[in-house]
Amino acid sequence: MPEWLINLLITLAKIAVVHGVLLTCVAYTVYLERKVSAFMQDRIGPNRVGPFGLLQPLVDVVKLLMKEDIVPVNANRFVHSLAPIISILVALSTIAVVPFGNTINIAGRDIQLQIADVNVGVLYFLALSSLGVYGVTLSGWSSNNKYSLLGGLRSSAQMISYELAMGLAVLAIVLMNGSLELDTIVKNQAGWHWNVILQPVGFIIFITAALAETNRHPFDFAEAEQELVAGYHTEYSSMKFALFFLAEYANVIVMSAVITTLYCGGWQFPFVHSMGLSPTLISILQVLAFCAKTFFWVFFFVWIRWTIPRFRYDQLMNLGWKVFIPLGIVNLVVTGLVLLLMKH
Amino acid sequence: MIESYIPIMLILFISVGFAVVNVNMSWILGPTRPNREKLSTYESGMEPVGTAREKFSVKYYMVSVLFILFDIEVVFLYPWAVSFMNFEPAKMVYSFISVIIFVVILFIGYFYVIKKGALKWD
Repeated sequence: MPEWLINLLITLAKIAVVHGVLLTCVAYTVYLERKVSAFMQDRIGPNRVGPFGLLQPLVDVVKLLMKEDIVPVNANRFVHSLAPIISILVALSTIAVVPFGNTINIAGRDIQLQIADVNVGVLYFLALSSLGVYGVTLSGWSSNNKYSLLGGLRSSAQMISYELAMGLAVLAIVLMNGSLELDTIVKNQAGWHWNVILQPVGFIIFITAALAETNRHPFDFAEAEQELVAGYHTEYSSMKFALFFLAEYANVIVMSAVITTLYCGGWQFPFVHSMGLSPTLISILQVLAFCAKTFFWVFFFVWIRWTIPRFRYDQLMNLGWKVFIPLGIVNLVVTGLVLLLMKH
Repeated sequence: MIESYIPIMLILFISVGFAVVNVNMSWILGPTRPNREKLSTYESGMEPVGTAREKFSVKYYMVSVLFILFDIEVVFLYPWAVSFMNFEPAKMVYSFISVIIFVVILFIGYFYVIKKGALKWD
């Protein structure tokens, strides 16, 4: 087989595995959310379908597939269908630049455990996560429904505000590493040199912005149930609704993976090299470490949702514009100053 | 270098394919029994009053205009951030002072925006 064909097949296999794992995890994150919320509110949660209700997500998907697809007469049909496509596209393709492991040796071939090793990984992540705004805004506008419009407007303003803070927080990390490659950023965090310790302020900014970007509590103004029914997806049904739902949870998982990569050492497993294990076993342990850290952040997102009440809209905007943006700039300048003093 | 973008192209194609198939799936599998009430705009069970194509608060425009301004400022900082650690010490100091001046100008604009009340939400 020619070399390019082998590389293409390897890439396709990586995409298949990553998307398969991601979509399965999305289904079970919904289950996790329901179970954890039930536990926190002293309820039982789903427990009827299969053992401990484990088959519930599958049944839900089948149910949504069989439902009628309702498009209101006043809606803009084309944009109405386009919006969920954009949402899920963003959620599924951001994962491409996240390294989920170091290289692994299979059949005498070193395979890098990252779908696309591009030299602008950080910019690709920021660019795609800003595209996510289109999904929400277009669905809110195209439904021609007042709840949807308000939900879409609110969350687009919220997402672009917090995107600035997120960009500034990531900028400090780029400054420290001198690279936009996520793989390099992970490699520079070997041992206990995690960015969460080196960049605590940036970490707090990033994690808050991540909550706002994914429209999760305490920033879920896109679908503030008590005032806007379901916000931007009020007029969506069946699989289009399911795609929004899928995109929300896929975004949570991808954001958790990015938090892990940027701040918690990515696939780094501390002191694994001093244990005297075989290279393949080390690679597998590193992938498992990445999964465990990502799972912790997914759980954190769920935990926050059922613990903290929703902000008021002016509080949200004030926090974004008057606290996090100046703080992000100050953090950047201080990081630059410290690096300068260390070099001299 | 351009080869490293082929996986991104592939993943975009696969994601679009997944999304398009799923959007049309329930149209194929689900029932189609439309009626006038079902297809009208949802408004908590009431008859819809007007449309949603109306004027909305100018604050949202303000936020998006400010976003474009500040986002461009952040984008200007990225090339500096990437090359900062690779400069020789004298040039590092020089570039750092330049960035400080840039940030000060940024903050002047920022405080002007705050004083004008462009970000007041009440």
